[in-house]
Parts: sequence; C-alpha cells; structure tokens
Amino acid sequence: MTRIARKRVPLLATAAVLVALFGGASLALEGFCSPFVVADLFSENAFLGIAALGTTLVILSGGIDLSVGSVVGFTTIFTATMISDHGAHPLLVWGAALALGAGFGALMGVLIQAFELPPFLVTLGGLFFARGMAFAVKKESASIDHPLYDTLGEVALPIGGGAELSFTALLFLGLFVVVLAVTNHTRFGRNLYALGGDEGSALLMGLPVARTKVAVYACSGFGAALAGVAMTLYTDSGNPVSGMALELDAIAVVVIGGTLLTGGVGGVGGTLLGVLIYSTIYQITYFANLPASLATLTIGALLLAFIILQRAIAHAS
Amino acid sequence: MTTDRPHWSRRVTAARLFWPLVGLAAVLAFNALFTPTFFHLEARDGCLYGSPVDVLNRGAIGVLLAIGMTLVVATGGVDLSVGSVMAISGAVAALMLTQTDAGLWLVVPCALGVSVLAGALNGVLVSLVGVQPIVATLILMVSGRGVARYLTGEKVVALVDDDFSPAFDYLAGGHFLGLPLPVTIFVVVFVVTALAVRRTALGLFIESVGANEAASRAAGVDTRGVKIAVYAFSGLCAGVAGLIDASNINAADTVNAGVFSELDAIFAVVVGGTALSGGRFTLAGSLVGALLLQTLLTTMYTFGVDSDIAPVPKALVIVGVCLLRSEAFRGRFRRGQAA
Repeated sequence: MTRIARKRVPLLATAAVLVALFGGASLALEGFCSPFVVADLFSENAFLGIAALGTTLVILSGGIDLSVGSVVGFTTIFTATMISDHGAHPLLVWGAALALGAGFGALMGVLIQAFELPPFLVTLGGLFFARGMAFAVKKESASIDHPLYDTLGEVALPIGGGAELSFTALLFLGLFVVVLAVTNHTRFGRNLYALGGDEGSALLMGLPVARTKVAVYACSGFGAALAGVAMTLYTDSGNPVSGMALELDAIAVVVIGGTLLTGGVGGVGGTLLGVLIYSTIYQITYFANLPASLATLTIGALLLAFIILQRAIAHAS
Repeated sequence: MTTDRPHWSRRVTAARLFWPLVGLAAVLAFNALFTPTFFHLEARDGCLYGSPVDVLNRGAIGVLLAIGMTLVVATGGVDLSVGSVMAISGAVAALMLTQTDAGLWLVVPCALGVSVLAGALNGVLVSLVGVQPIVATLILMVSGRGVARYLTGEKVVALVDDDFSPAFDYLAGGHFLGLPLPVTIFVVVFVVTALAVRRTALGLFIESVGANEAASRAAGVDTRGVKIAVYAFSGLCAGVAGLIDASNINAADTVNAGVFSELDAIFAVVVGGTALSGGRFTLAGSLVGALLLQTLLTTMYTFGVDSDIAPVPKALVIVGVCLLRSEAFRGRFRRGQAA
C-alpha cells in the first residue's frame, strides 16, 4: 500500500505545483484567474503537448528521442510547401506527413533495436537529418492559405465565459485520451511498462520487446509529425527552423510530470499536468511583463527540483 | 577470409585511431582531387592562410569542446550543457567589457570561473545527487541559456566601440607563430590535457570510474571527486570556446552561441573512437574526430552545399560510424570473429 502511495508522490507533487502556481498567480495578478487564461494554457502549447505525449511513451520504454523538434520543423515546412507551392489538398499532405514521421521514427527504432545502438546517438542523428531535410525542402518560411485552414481556425469549443478551446487544443486533448487509454488498458501499454521496467525480464517473459520498441519510436515520430501539423494550424505557415529544441521542452514536461527517465514509471496523466505547468509559467511571465528568459530559468529550476525529488523517492524505496 | 591476413594489418586496423584517420584522409584526398586550391597555403605578413589553416581555425571550438567531452564520456557520462556554458561565458565577458572598466586580465578569469562553476554544478548533480548525466546536464542546457539571456537582457551585446575590444578581438582574430590564435589555444589545451591524463594517474582514475564505478570506489579512487573534476573541466573548455566564439563575432549572441555544439562535440568523441558507455578514451581520436567534422563541413561549403543542409551528411556519418562499431551489425557480416 505504502509502495503504491509512494509511486504516486511525483504525480501529486506535480499537481500541487500546478495548483500553487495557478493559485498564486491568480491572487497576485489581476485578471489571471479567467477562462481565457485557462483556454490559453491548452491552446498556446498544444503542439508541445502533442509532441510530449509521444516523448512520454519513449521515456516510459526506457529510451529517449532527441529528433522530435527537427521532425516538427520538417513537418511544418513540408506541409506548407506541399499545400502552397504544389497545390495538394491538406488532408492528403497531413496523411503523408504523419506517415513520414511515423516511418522515420520506426526506422530509428529498428536501428536501435536491431543493432543495439544507443537511442541517444541514433535520435541525435535523426535530429541532424530531419533538420537538414527541412531546409532541403525550403529554406525560408512559407505561409498556408487554404479554405480548410480557415475553417479549422474557426472550430472552437466554448468552455464558458466567452473563452473557447482551439482546434489544436482539442487535438491535443483527444490524443491525450487515446494515449491514456492505450497505456493503461491495452497489451501494448503493459508491454511498454514492462520493457521500461526491465528489458531483460520483459524478454525472458516472452514479451514482444523488439516490436514494442520499434512501435514506441514510430509513435514518437507520429506524435512529432502531428505536433508539426498542429503548429501549421496554429501559425498558418511552415518554417524549417520551427520546433528548434522542442524535444528538450518535451522531455522537461515529461519529467516534471513525474515520469522517471529510467523508464517504467509514470504516465501521460503527469505529462498533461507538466504541459499545463509549462504553459502557466509562460502565462505568468507574460502577465507580469517579465522577460521570457526568466520562464526558461524557472522551468530549469523546477526540472531540477523534480529530479531531486525523484531521486529521494527512489532512495526511500 | 580475414583470418588469413597477416598479423600486423589486423593490429593496425584494430588501433583506435585507425578508422578516424582513414576518414580524415579520405576527406582530404577527396579535396586534393577535386579542389586543387584546397592545399594552397599562402604566407602574408608572416601569417599562414589557406583552407587547411581555415579548418584548424574554425575547428578550434569543436576541438576544445571535444577534449572536455572526451573526459566526461570516459567516466560514462555526457555533457549536454557545453553550448549553454559557451553562451554564459561569452555573455559574462561581453558584459564585463562593456559595462565595467575591468581589463582582459580580469574578464577572462571571471568568464572561465563562471564556466567552471557551471560545469562543477553538473558534476555535483551527477556524483553527489546521483542524477543521470543526460538529465543533469540537460537542466543546465535549458536553464543555462536562460541565465545567459537574462544576464544580457535578452539582447545581443555588441563589442564595437569598446576600448578593450582590440585586446579581446585578438583571441579569435590574432596570430601566434603564423597560425591563428585559436589554433594555438586548442593545441596548448590538448597537450596540457594529454600530459595530465597520460603522465599522471588521472587518466587511469577517469577510465576506472567509467569502466566500473563501484569497483573503483572500493579500490580507493575518489570517484565523486573525479566526476566533479571532469564536468568542471568540460565547463572550462566550453568557457574558452565561448570566449573564442564571442571574440569571433565581436558580440555575445546568447540565442545562437554554441547551439548544437554539444552534439558536434559528442559526434567528434564518438567518431574518434571513445565509446559512449565509458571506460577507455582517446583524446587524439577526439581531436581527429573534431577536425574530420570541420573538414567535412568546409568541403561541403566549397562544393556549394548549403550550411543549413549540412546536418544531413553529418547525421549519415554519425549513424554509419555507430553501425560500424555495433557488434550486432558486424556480426551480420563476420560471424565468429571477434572485433
């Protein structure tokens, strides 16, 4: 019983930090506690959230994916160029982009699994490769002007008080529900936790380790590509430099969300809280007119605090 | 069959420096064939000019980072924060030069001191708190750039009309013995480091920590001290690189300084033949790796490959090198033969 409770400490700590941050900001800053801000928490960083869901799966499996930001950048410029310069239909382009992202992730997964290469190095290569390919597609930003983008830009779910969730926020929340269900209620989810907990044992238990590992990186690539699509919806454009260092933010929110970097412990529920904390910190700096670099600093400090907390829990048990 | 080969050739190809040197030689040979002007050296005002000098000069930052990274990797760690430490070092130097009357004799030690502290912080997190190296240094990578940007007020600090600029400018623009000063700096750092780790027991301690930390501690090695020292040293190298970078562009650009340089440094170390799993390391290999990377880049620029697309061949090289080193990959081609 105490063991289960102790496992929940990181998640509870994350929730407490979110409540404290939001509550404190609401008291100190006029107009912070409003449905508009709440809607912004989901909408402004929806693409980060989508990418972080994929990163959560990789980290749960005991791996790491550094290529996320580059894949986002590639997807945005690929999508924008195909729609604007080649006149392809967005739905077709999205399908292609998602397939490319998932395929690229799967390829990295195969290299990691079949040749026992360190995930860190393979995905580092992926980071360079995808960023270079993004510039190979087009070197400067391209805007998207398509009726479908206009239509989706108007799609919104009212949450009361005149505030509404944007389409990308809904996409993030929808994907969150799917990933939550997959990790908690499917065979793939159980294999994932087993693989992250102890790869050797998982193998001895006869679990499909190879298949799971490749699938995890494919999911992460898919998530990154979807995050790129969400970013084009958010900015109505594509840019080869977009998503620079996004993988680090994604890893940061996953860790703040209580998922252990050693794998096997945590979940996407924490990642959702992590994204909200990340957004709250940026909203606070925006509201209080503080420099954005202070937000980066705070996130670094939070990351440190959570990692030390995780170490303390690991030592105690 | 390879088993029929004479003994000496097996020994040569098994040497750690062999493959990195072959790679470097291949790129140089390619240049010699297709760019006749590549090896054209010219002496003007007692200074050497030409593509090889250019490679050494531009490669200085990469070499410095790779030297620090090699020792960190040898202890089984990795330092992702070197790019951010470069930004901090450049920011501290630029701020002191523009906002105070401090001379270079004070500015350089301060900038390097801050860098060493930042590195030591990584070391403390890794050794005393027990955080994974990737994570510990990731924290500084993320927040370090925030620190640098906060210090400079999120602006580029230009060193144009400053009195001390000429002296600072000399760091990257000056010449010593006919070669650009950055070359001298990295050669000195390399030689001093190589002597320190190979002529004293330090290198042995570092390798033993990387090979088996528990056994090293049991044998009386101060594993924590060694770890803090290598991260602090990596910070120092990054600090020097940051100063050269700031002097190069005569400004502290905290957003762009050293971005992705940690990845280049890791690339150099891995290509040079030091395994990321820790243990035995080769400084000379990392030096060759960093120069190989720079030569590759210079070659691509000569052939009109856009600098933005350069990461693609870089990625292919790093994955290719990893594959060649992977036992599983080798096993598919040469079964039954130990690597």
